[in-house]
Amino acid sequence: MLLKKLSEAFGPSGLEGEVRNILTEELAPFVNEWTRDALGNLIAVKPGTRGPKVMLAAHMDECGLMISSIDRSGLLCFRKVGGLDDRVLVSKYVVIGPKKIPGVIGAKAIHLQRPEERTQVIPLNGLYIDIGAKSKEDAERLIKLGDYAVFGTEFGHLSDTVVKGKAFDDRSGCAVLAEVLKEQYSMPIYGAFTVQEEIGLRGAGVAAYAIEPDLAIVLEGTTCSDLPGSLEHGFCTGMGEGPAITAMDASVITDKRLVNELLRLAKENNIPVQFKRSITGGSDAGRINQTKAGVPVVVISVPCRYIHSPVSMLSLVDFENTIKLVKLFLESIDKGGFAL
Amino acid sequence: MKRGGTDLDTKEFLKQIVEGTGVSGYETPVAALISKTFAEVADEVRTDVLGNVIACKKGEGHGKDPIRIMVASHMDEIGLMVTKIDERGFLKFTQIGGIDQRTLVSQEVRVHGKKDLLGIIGMKPPHLLSPDERNSAIKMQDMVIDLGLPLEEVKSLVSVGDMVTINRNFIQLAGDFAAAKAMDDRAAVAVMYECLKELAKLRHCADFYAVSTTQEEVGSRGAMVSTYHVEPHIGIAIDVCHGEMPGVPEQDTAPMGKGPNLAFGANIHPKVYERLVDVAKENNISYTIDPVPAGTGTDAWAMQVTRAGIPTGLISIPLRYMHTSVETLSLADVKASGKLLALFIASIDSKFVEGLLCY
Amino acid sequence: MKELIKKVVEAYGPAGNEAKIREVITEEVSPYVDEIKVDALGNLIAVKRGGEKKIMFAAHMDEIGVMVTHIDKHGFLRFYPVGGLSPLTLIGNRVIFENGTVGVISNEKLEAQKDLTLNKLFIDIGADTKEQALEKVNIGDVAAINREYVDLGKRLISKAMDDRIACVILIEALKKVTKPAYDIYAVFTTQEEVGLRGARVAAYGISPDLGIAIDVTRTGDTPESATMDVSLGKGPTVKIRDSSLLCTPSVRRYMEDVAKANGIEYQLEVLEAGGTDAGAIQLTKGGIPAGVMSVPCRYIHTASEMIDYNDVVNGVKLITAIMETEFTGALSHYITT
Repeated sequence: MLLKKLSEAFGPSGLEGEVRNILTEELAPFVNEWTRDALGNLIAVKPGTRGPKVMLAAHMDECGLMISSIDRSGLLCFRKVGGLDDRVLVSKYVVIGPKKIPGVIGAKAIHLQRPEERTQVIPLNGLYIDIGAKSKEDAERLIKLGDYAVFGTEFGHLSDTVVKGKAFDDRSGCAVLAEVLKEQYSMPIYGAFTVQEEIGLRGAGVAAYAIEPDLAIVLEGTTCSDLPGSLEHGFCTGMGEGPAITAMDASVITDKRLVNELLRLAKENNIPVQFKRSITGGSDAGRINQTKAGVPVVVISVPCRYIHSPVSMLSLVDFENTIKLVKLFLESIDKGGFAL
Repeated sequence: MKRGGTDLDTKEFLKQIVEGTGVSGYETPVAALISKTFAEVADEVRTDVLGNVIACKKGEGHGKDPIRIMVASHMDEIGLMVTKIDERGFLKFTQIGGIDQRTLVSQEVRVHGKKDLLGIIGMKPPHLLSPDERNSAIKMQDMVIDLGLPLEEVKSLVSVGDMVTINRNFIQLAGDFAAAKAMDDRAAVAVMYECLKELAKLRHCADFYAVSTTQEEVGSRGAMVSTYHVEPHIGIAIDVCHGEMPGVPEQDTAPMGKGPNLAFGANIHPKVYERLVDVAKENNISYTIDPVPAGTGTDAWAMQVTRAGIPTGLISIPLRYMHTSVETLSLADVKASGKLLALFIASIDSKFVEGLLCY
Repeated sequence: MKELIKKVVEAYGPAGNEAKIREVITEEVSPYVDEIKVDALGNLIAVKRGGEKKIMFAAHMDEIGVMVTHIDKHGFLRFYPVGGLSPLTLIGNRVIFENGTVGVISNEKLEAQKDLTLNKLFIDIGADTKEQALEKVNIGDVAAINREYVDLGKRLISKAMDDRIACVILIEALKKVTKPAYDIYAVFTTQEEVGLRGARVAAYGISPDLGIAIDVTRTGDTPESATMDVSLGKGPTVKIRDSSLLCTPSVRRYMEDVAKANGIEYQLEVLEAGGTDAGAIQLTKGGIPAGVMSVPCRYIHTASEMIDYNDVVNGVKLITAIMETEFTGALSHYITT
């Protein structure tokens, strides 16, 4: 299953190679032309014969860790790659470097802690990755300074329709884009699998600069916080309520014409749809929107619980509906039913 | 192309430019010094709309589209700007770039009005301070510059918006250590100068654009527009990084005197980094490395996402006490960085450049 | 001009939703320009030909507002700010949606005043249930501040003086200019309040030789104010810097020279926090010389922004004079030393 392969792939911001390889292999029968740029963006080019140039974007990178020094005891110090909450790190399993060396992020045992420590967040410099090395030299036989680490979470089913895994932000978006690229349309389609979104929306702008699209659709796996302890107006999105459309996020105000067309198509085809209801956090859409003389954009997301943590969750029904909605939108442009 | 006359010693050049004036947005005085000196060792020197000084040394490459390697070193320094002249002739001010307000107290400054005036940011003597006052840092909004002049004279010479720099000369310390203001990042301009001189002894096919950028301290603004204009195939930033000192974790600093520090990570193209390391090894230039998970906080961050994306690299000079008026470095590190840069440029051919897009 | 000011400041147009104000401005400027176009981000670009070089003026037509993010079962709306808003200035204030629906903003109970944040506020549009609310508004709808314009004679008060007063100045200048020294691109930009977004793409599309933004700026003339050497009534300002740009020195000198040559009183402005469209214009492509003229304004980003009418009159004079005076500073990208 593509979503499983993508979720389990090793691809922190700056080292997205494994994800690139999975995508080019999966799409080989459907895409004849690929471009790559100086940052590592992977762009599937499907030339068309008429109609506006459409760019679709999903980012390949995930949050992770980078080894910043090796202690003489053999324990590894690290820095965060992307926006990870310090509190999700303790007591987790990671894999490090090209050989995927297993490691654990441990913490002082509770028996050794003073009572007041237990209510405080363990500072980042109090956390180490333990790969079982006995000394610095021992560790250096397995990994090196600057190696990346990602969580070692396996993809799995909680039920027929609910799955768990790491990096659903934004491997779910990549999976949606891959499915869409298997179709054929009359307008030129550029499927941009972008890099380094998590560390500052870095890849999308340069990709858009080269492509010069007439409009763009960004596919994300987005915050879903419909949990006890969250106030209803803080949910952002609800799992099972359908693909989420962004009206505004920290980086962009989406184009109303695109939003309204998506709402219309969803209603006509009985696809449940919701608005992304929180505005914090930017997306690739912001960079694309501001490229050259401007590009109208919209963002469609699969709601994912617990993004930016070792394990997230999504509904395959939402996932399938997102694919459906995007395809309907492209068909609408193809048939001339929608134009800017 | 102007040649002739003996080239200036790099240390002497560095002394001249760090003592020069060039706060972000107002780099003209130091830009003039740099243009003049670079004109002796480059084929062409120009200035763009934002004041970036672009010196080009052409390579032997043939064909319509020669390889362009751009190096960015920022010539702007942090400083202050006059916001108001009060009723007694004291000056209120704000900062340009990130200044630690604690480093301003009891400093001599130069106010660049109609002419340069000496002033003091003073503070109440200890005799008049309460114990509480003595323990808290003074806020910039409560400081004033005292020019020691009557109001009318101040108003005739100084205006709102005038630039202010710290009055500090280059200080030679023991060995080859030296301290001055604006080592961040004029030491990097000196690296480019050293590189231009070294390149004269080497053969290179790429065109080398040594760009002294403006307004880095307020957001790498000079680098954005100069990179757009030069459209290089490779962009290298030269900046400073934190030199080791007690009280700071070792992983956040680089040792002094052990050569340039080379960064790698998302902001750096892996092949550019590898080539810098290979060239250093082959030529016995000692270096240190720094894994950087996201932005490097240098012009490299802006260069990398210009136009359709540019493969970038970063060479840093270890520096203590950054953003104070006594920034301290090892001159050997400056020279070694210049040599490494020249050898790197000489090693670049079209095969390497083509390989940069193969992911 | 006061009638035009009232029409323009009262029009609806928060960032991203500028259609209504764009209509108003289009109607005003059409008879006076050679060409009108709207770009991908909704910027209104009015072109008046007259010279060899291109000058771009930017006055942003968007205002700050609030976007509905949630409707609860009792018909109360939760929102997110569009542009820079302080919760202190919203409580008890009214907002108005594009379809005319009016709402009041109030807050949840607070333990201490310092706990007041935007997410503790809500909008009440007088609905009792979610369904009733949905008849009037939806998630994603944006409301602007609802407050009428008041003429105090010398001083004028309204919401959205930032930056509609600049739009008025630009409109009036287009009407008054007789001998343009440039091809004038008068851009009424969008989405400035959320990050100078309209100006950024407009400048790329136009690639002007020179850019001048017109905006408002703070003053230092109210009780115990932060240091700022700008006052109402002492003329429009020539900006030296703000947090988005260090104005190109040659452009600042040019603006001062034009003001002096035409006997227009002006002030110099150093703004410590706050950005303008010129910041985006200056960094376009290989760089564009840029400057700003500001209208001094008290109480920015509240429902009652106050300006001095004379400063506006002088602002029109200065912009018109700039349109008619050629800039002789460095425009080309390269100057060989």
